[in-house]
Amino acid sequence: MTEHHAEPVRGRIGMWLFIGTEILLFGGLFLLYSTYRYKHPVEFHTASRELSRFDGTLNTAILITSSFTVAIAILALERGERRRTMLFLLATLALAASFLVVKGFEWGTKFRHGLYPQSPTLLARPKGEILYIGLYFTMTGLHALHVLVGGSALAVALRMVRRGTVRAERPVVLRNAGLFWHLVDVIWIFLFPLFYLIS
Amino acid sequence: MSDTTRERGATYRLYAIVWGLLLLGTAITVTAASLELGRLAILVVLAVASAKSTLVLLYFMHLRWEERLLLKLIVPIVVVVLAIFIGLTFTDVARR
Repeated sequence: MTEHHAEPVRGRIGMWLFIGTEILLFGGLFLLYSTYRYKHPVEFHTASRELSRFDGTLNTAILITSSFTVAIAILALERGERRRTMLFLLATLALAASFLVVKGFEWGTKFRHGLYPQSPTLLARPKGEILYIGLYFTMTGLHALHVLVGGSALAVALRMVRRGTVRAERPVVLRNAGLFWHLVDVIWIFLFPLFYLIS
Repeated sequence: MSDTTRERGATYRLYAIVWGLLLLGTAITVTAASLELGRLAILVVLAVASAKSTLVLLYFMHLRWEERLLLKLIVPIVVVVLAIFIGLTFTDVARR
């Protein structure tokens, strides 16, 4: 087959525009982060010791791998390899769930140490540390929400693949769910070093 | 069946290579953070993060093979806008 059928742009322009707006959304929070870190460098470093570098690195590896698995799933779909598509979508969902579990443990640890927005323990700390923890909860929380939504979209896509609604000739739903998922990965790629790797 | 992806050069193997590079990048950035690099640390860390994101955008998100220039430009334009936001904010913040 030598026909080069470019897929119509209407199938992905919406998602790309949305991705652009999402980057701006997190961008605003990164702006806050950069300003406050500039103003309170030492306190940001001190507060960052509350975080587990191991958990952060683990979650980074999880999301990177999930991007890999969803990319494989989409390629498999285009090649008509339905079983492989579903297998790798399932793997992606499992990784997404793992991410949320790890994040849940992380937050749980903080709560147990009395650290949560507006907590007395937190408010007793220096201003820079309060800002850091506040940003941590806000940004990782917003990101986790995106993981949840993205995972749900992928789960819907999986169901559609199983039913045959999404298939090689009609890949749009899965492609777009995949694009959103990669965005979630990219956001984390920046969140991770900024919160977990302050030296 | 859609042949466009195969013609574009996206293969399982390519994806696996990108995955490997991303994990490698993660290892590099974590290692860099544990060395005492001081001011240099954040630059290294941001550079690695940008490199990883570029890999994801180009290969996993298919921008490498995207035919529509407009779509390829959306992310770079947004990033430039952000850089301006943050940069201009710092012209103020840095003086206080």
